[in-house]
Amino acid sequence: MDASIEKIDEAGSSLWQDAWVKLRKNRLAICGLVVLLLLGLVSLLTPWIAPYGYEEQNLILGASPPSAEHWLGTDIFGRDMLTRIMYGGRVSLTVGLIATAVALMIGVLWGATAGFVGGRVDAVMMRLVDILYALPFMIFIVLLMVVFGRNIFLLFFAIGAVEWLTMARIVRGQVMTLRKQEFVEAAYSLGLSQWTIIRRHIIPNTLGPVIVYTTLTIPSVMLLEAFLSFLGLGIQPPQSSWGLLISYGVETMEEFPWLLIFPGLTLSITLFALNFLGDGLRDALDPRTSKD
Amino acid sequence: MALLEVNGLKVHFHTRDGLVKAVDDVSFSVDCGETLAIVGESGSGKSVTCYSLLDLLPKPPAKIEGGSALFDGVDLLTCDSTQMRSFRSNDIAMIFQDPMTSLNPFITIGEQLIEPLIYNPDKSRAQTRSAARLRAIELLDEVGIIDPEKRFDCYPHEFSGGMRQRVMIAMALINEPRLLICDEPTTALDVTIQAQILALIKKLQQKRNVAVIFISHDLGVVAGIADNVIVMCEGTVRETGDTEAIFYRTQNDYTKKLLAAIPEGAKVMPSRVQQDSPMIEVKNLKTYFRDYSKPLAGARSEKRYIKAVDDVSLHIQRGEILGLVGESGSGKSTLGRSILQLAPITEGSVHFSGTEISALSRHQLIPWRRKMQMIFQDPYASLNPRMTVYETLAEPLLYHGLANAKTINHQVQLLMDDVGLARANLRKYPHEFSGGQRQRIAIGRAIATKPELIIADEPVSALDVTIQAQVLDLILDLVERHNLTMLFISHDLSVVRYISDRVIVMNKGVIIETGETEALWASPQQPYTQQLLEAIPLADPKSERARLASAS
Repeated sequence: MDASIEKIDEAGSSLWQDAWVKLRKNRLAICGLVVLLLLGLVSLLTPWIAPYGYEEQNLILGASPPSAEHWLGTDIFGRDMLTRIMYGGRVSLTVGLIATAVALMIGVLWGATAGFVGGRVDAVMMRLVDILYALPFMIFIVLLMVVFGRNIFLLFFAIGAVEWLTMARIVRGQVMTLRKQEFVEAAYSLGLSQWTIIRRHIIPNTLGPVIVYTTLTIPSVMLLEAFLSFLGLGIQPPQSSWGLLISYGVETMEEFPWLLIFPGLTLSITLFALNFLGDGLRDALDPRTSKD
Repeated sequence: MALLEVNGLKVHFHTRDGLVKAVDDVSFSVDCGETLAIVGESGSGKSVTCYSLLDLLPKPPAKIEGGSALFDGVDLLTCDSTQMRSFRSNDIAMIFQDPMTSLNPFITIGEQLIEPLIYNPDKSRAQTRSAARLRAIELLDEVGIIDPEKRFDCYPHEFSGGMRQRVMIAMALINEPRLLICDEPTTALDVTIQAQILALIKKLQQKRNVAVIFISHDLGVVAGIADNVIVMCEGTVRETGDTEAIFYRTQNDYTKKLLAAIPEGAKVMPSRVQQDSPMIEVKNLKTYFRDYSKPLAGARSEKRYIKAVDDVSLHIQRGEILGLVGESGSGKSTLGRSILQLAPITEGSVHFSGTEISALSRHQLIPWRRKMQMIFQDPYASLNPRMTVYETLAEPLLYHGLANAKTINHQVQLLMDDVGLARANLRKYPHEFSGGQRQRIAIGRAIATKPELIIADEPVSALDVTIQAQVLDLILDLVERHNLTMLFISHDLSVVRYISDRVIVMNKGVIIETGETEALWASPQQPYTQQLLEAIPLADPKSERARLASAS
């Protein structure tokens, strides 16, 4: 009897616990996770560990290639690239995190509700998505900036508010096929409330595509921020972000290639890590992939 | 020498989970004019055997490890792809199980029919379009398509399931093959349609003297059509012989088990019906769905409805098992779901123990939901793939407050005992179970809340015959132990007879006939019921052959 009770305690574990067990066995995904955690940690500690100040100029030095003093070289104002990349990471990672979280929240809830309720509600909700799609997002963001003033968090939010549209469509499509499945009807006949059904039976089954799309959203959000900053709508020099560093690096790529290579490399490593982690998560959250 | 001689065929699947010997040393032969039936449950290797003959298996993971299949002296397993193409188009044809998916929905059936004629790899046999069209129309007529010239230009969705299967048969025969492989050709069809299709296959075979390999899980179907039978299980041949020997002088234990598992005869359990104590009363129930399909040309565009359930009244007594029988599209599932308030009722009322539940709001219904549960047809779709068995079973208990954190583990364990699953399985996910085990989980979920009424919608149709017998006995056992009342919906009359006290026959949304099970079987009053009962295939070659002969 004792033995069987022990078994049950184990049985209490859920999808997420099982997923964690499986994820730990996926070496690539764990590498990705470690890289991302390291990047996050460095960004957090940047003000204390950065070798130079981010606006510390050395006009006499100018753009210099990597050296013992400046490991990743300096830009045309003689500012240390390593420092600027570290500070840039703070902005880029935050924008990736916040904007994607916003997109994820709105998109999944919106899409799940529209797909689940269906009928007129669905039609109205999705037409709204269509309208927002048709609206040039630049105008949308400029409008937000004008009304609320320039604020970096508002910017993050605005980007998220643009990126959720595709997410909503993906989730809606998934939910529409799911809600006709018998296990959802079974949940109905058990007397579960609609919200419980969405939360427990629908959303977990949409996770696969959602995770994949999320890992695609994070880089596009980072690049969007760079684009907006480049236009003067985002953050302003001397502040920096990876996207901004890359776009300045592109301008001088022939004379000073290190200004492009190092921020580009950092971004690429981040994206690789994200994708490995995303793929790992997708597999881990699918009970049909084997546990070993 | 026979037309096809298969010797020692071995097909293995090299999967990630290891080697699966799908077909292990299978030999048989079939000659012109003969019908060989390959019988087995799912996973027995019966389809793989035939697919390997036509090189239709995905390789990898499949690999033919040995054996030979001599067709007219040429080994099908080793011939090159040009030769195989020629065999496929001119000598060996195949009919698949599901006529809904085996026709291309974007091409007219006529176009699909003449394809093998026009694009014959053997250029000398390729025909012109107009000649092919004539030939196709002639064949459509022969397989019983009415008005073939007009129907030639129709798309598959404009045909019913039975008609599509007829088209498939015409397509298979269009190049006059010498061997016809039928892979469960009637499994997806209603029982009356099944009888027609079987008679058609038999007739065409006799006329053309073709060899037929007939794959089926249904011994009743096989009894009528086959000359020889091989029984397969887990990739090996268990028994082989002529049909009479297999059915009347069964040697092998597995074959005996298969034959014994066919539900036959009346209900064994004593009736527990409490007369004059109706649990469910349905009065003039109508469930209509809007029909959004394009109206016929010239028709006024007005709201049209599909009358899934049309003015149905019935009652279910406490302790009764009421069988609800009908063919696909008869509205039987919709009726079940309407009683449970899972489908929106258009008109009428449903009373549960005197309360009109059809008048309650969604919120007011919640306490009633606990008392009435449903078992669904497809155990692959009715369980959430991302919830462990434990979560699936614990959810209704916790949600309805029937268990707390302390007692939940014990209660879930008891449920597992109830449905005959090992407690150690609780941590697994649905995909780790077989179909029968999944259906047990679904049954466990349905009885978790200690309901009074269970509506079982084709609970055993997706299961193999031996598993089906086990699950039926489990259901009967639970009904007795938990004092349940049940509405048992099925298209399978033998199953309904085996389990029900009383039977309702439905067709096109209305009740045709109702009566005590044995009385109804003995003397069906309505022609539709008679037709249904006559169409049930029995595992008895003599009577089945006589019937096929009279039908064709």
